[in-house]
Amino acid sequence: MSAEQAVIVGGGPAGLAAALELRRRGIDPLVLDREAEAGGIPRHCGHQGFGIRDLHRAMSGPRYARRYVELARAAGVRIRSESMVTGWRADGALEVTSPRGLEVLSPAAVVLATGCRERPRSARLVPGSRPQGVMTTGMLQQLVFLHGQKPGTRALIVGAEHVSFSAILTLAHAGTEVVGMVTELPRHQSLAVFRLGTRFRYRTPLWTRTVVAAIHGSPHVEEVELADVVTGRTRRVSCDTVVFTADWIPDHELAVTAGLDLDPGTLGPAVDTCLRTSRVGVFAAGNVLHAAETADVAALSGRHVAVSAARFLADGVWPSPRVPIVCEPPLGWIVPNVLSPEPARPPRHRFLLRSRSFLDGPEIQIVQDARSLWTGRLRRSIPGRSARLPDSWTRSFDPGGEAIRVGVVRA
Amino acid sequence: MVGAAIARELSRFELRCTLFEAGADVGAGTSKANTALLHTGFDSKPGTLESRLVRRGYELLLDHAGRVGIPVERTGALLVAWTEEQLRSFPGIVDRSYANGYTEIREITIEELYRAEPHLGPGGLGALEIPDEFIICPFTTTLAFATEAVLAGCELRRRTRVEAVERLDGDGFRVHISGGEVTTRFLVNAAGLHSDDIDRMLAHDRFRVTPRRGELIVFDKLSRPLLHHVLLAVPTATTKGVLVAPTVYGNVILGPTAEDIEAKDDTSSTRDGLAYLQAEGERIMPELLGHEVTAVYVGLRAATEHDDYQLTVASEGYACVGGIRSTGLSASMAIAEHVRDGLAEAGLPLQPKRDLPMVRMPNIGEASSRPHALPEMIADDPDYGRIVCFCERVTRGEIRDAFTSPIPPSDLDGLRRRTRALMGRCQGFFCGAHVEALLADALLADATSGKPHLAARRS
Repeated sequence: MSAEQAVIVGGGPAGLAAALELRRRGIDPLVLDREAEAGGIPRHCGHQGFGIRDLHRAMSGPRYARRYVELARAAGVRIRSESMVTGWRADGALEVTSPRGLEVLSPAAVVLATGCRERPRSARLVPGSRPQGVMTTGMLQQLVFLHGQKPGTRALIVGAEHVSFSAILTLAHAGTEVVGMVTELPRHQSLAVFRLGTRFRYRTPLWTRTVVAAIHGSPHVEEVELADVVTGRTRRVSCDTVVFTADWIPDHELAVTAGLDLDPGTLGPAVDTCLRTSRVGVFAAGNVLHAAETADVAALSGRHVAVSAARFLADGVWPSPRVPIVCEPPLGWIVPNVLSPEPARPPRHRFLLRSRSFLDGPEIQIVQDARSLWTGRLRRSIPGRSARLPDSWTRSFDPGGEAIRVGVVRA
Repeated sequence: MVGAAIARELSRFELRCTLFEAGADVGAGTSKANTALLHTGFDSKPGTLESRLVRRGYELLLDHAGRVGIPVERTGALLVAWTEEQLRSFPGIVDRSYANGYTEIREITIEELYRAEPHLGPGGLGALEIPDEFIICPFTTTLAFATEAVLAGCELRRRTRVEAVERLDGDGFRVHISGGEVTTRFLVNAAGLHSDDIDRMLAHDRFRVTPRRGELIVFDKLSRPLLHHVLLAVPTATTKGVLVAPTVYGNVILGPTAEDIEAKDDTSSTRDGLAYLQAEGERIMPELLGHEVTAVYVGLRAATEHDDYQLTVASEGYACVGGIRSTGLSASMAIAEHVRDGLAEAGLPLQPKRDLPMVRMPNIGEASSRPHALPEMIADDPDYGRIVCFCERVTRGEIRDAFTSPIPPSDLDGLRRRTRALMGRCQGFFCGAHVEALLADALLADATSGKPHLAARRS
């Protein structure tokens, strides 16, 4: 068993940014990444727009991923690729499999930066046959940008978030026609400019209030049955590829097997404003906390967790009690979702708040023990995109009180 | 499964044996999509051939699993009553079990039931415990049988469909297959869903296979701690009901539905079927429904109008092995023995081979360590430390071994069944493209060199 100061699980934007910041603070972190190359999801995101908030310049995903790996290496961060944490020992040590063999690491601090993934077709219980040609955006991007494959000739996209529009670009890059995009919501969840761009440039139709009722074909996708969620009317669209986008879930296996408290909304580990989980010495950062934000937001979360981890390595303080922050429908989740005594400011000095449905000008109230901590109005809330809540109210919470509730007073 | 078991049994003797498989792989039809239980046969209809063969097959397969490395786990089963009427059926079920020669079955109290399964839904009135029920890996079972057969000299021809069969004037049969014909002295029909079609090619009209569709939901491995036993339902006249069971891979399955359909190739899941399973799951184990779904699969059981196996061996040297329902996995090795003895009576000389191959299958079960957790394997070959499929912890070394095995996969599904790559919760989000590339490389190497390889095989 080897002793380490800090082990970061996951070499994506959050993990690498955390490592860089820890290094800057005189700590020698070890980054473990299970892929052959570190860099995380941006490695296979061919589109532009990465790095704006954290590196203050825009670049493509692969370039951004390479940049972080270079910066980390130049700063002396040890990055071990092809190294997967498979579980925890009873004493809290990490079990790692790599071509070097099995290792057991016992760091003083662990940062879980394991990211997130999209729910596949099976998890969405879409009936029909099980043909080839059904995939998530993650797999699509890897096929196209890492393996130079053309996924098919005619693709249907399920979902209408940012990532769904990126899938249109990826398919266009591969020379695959997009026959349409479906969402069960009344409108798309992305930026108007993306929708207009894809509508005019690629003539992609957007079918709202529509679900995939079944997938047909063998051995390849031949046809998809679409159903109108209001009328129930079905129709068939012929295609050979179906891309299930968004519907994110944290890659939270290690959080679960560690026995960490999970937030019921995010399904990621519950963390306070310092991104401390419910277990002493275990932190979490990036999209395992909020699936999914852009890479730069994940990276800034990583930078933030490094500050907390460095302080913990110096003073060993792990405050309690932890008061949960609970969202009430139609709100879905809030991050951070715990307050500890004398709370520090959260990443980017804000809370990220998500709703399950479109809300226009909702008035939000934060309450503890029947006492209002904050009320304010959001301009709007779009499912799949975070609204920003200020953190000023955290100073007035009662560490000995009940759970803090966040709800909508008036929509 | 049954065909491979028979091929394995016959290959142990000095005779020439060929196994035709219409699909792309062995075990790619009914065999791959069942509830993966190794049954004691406590609930068979006493006095039937099925009852006898399940009982014998259970002993044989359990013994064999240990020898060749088929993943099995003794979880035991609890048959739960949810209504007074079901509770009243218990004495009958116990009597039947005794009549089938299984006497370890016993009734337990409600307290014992909820102590054994704390996450069981409310409303259980009592249960029968069947401590000797096992869960098993159906993929490895079929592959092990076929691998033993092939190594013992049996010729396996996949993607080869039997199109017609005719009796020869003297003795034997001419079998017309896709792209050719062969003649044989003895013929075994173990064509599963199509066993009645082949039987009719020989001018019989003895039974009709009606595919019984069974949809199953596979839950995330994180749900595995919810459950300790196989949870059976009280059987009805047509079905054994919906069960909740752990799998040897560490998932939990919920199913199957039971719906008679027309098409023998319609393995589509349905909205109604999945909704029904969710409702049943909600009742049996509500917390299970809070877990993520990893996969949905559909099997077609070869049901007939009869309530026993349609297993006959004619003196002309034709064995018909039809109507092998969901118990076929448990009974497979006993069916093979039965067919062997029948063929011997029909004149097949059985001279045992002297040197039979020793087969050890790669372990894809969670009850014992997989390669990624075995330091000595990784030290010997770093590819066993190179995890490709993260959710299922499948290593590069295991994928390579699959391609260099005696029966290499010819498509993605075959690779999935051999290694569990892509069988996990992300369904390819992380490694789908990588695994497809490895498959494409291997198939290309196979096509150009005539033999599959990914890298030099570990010596």
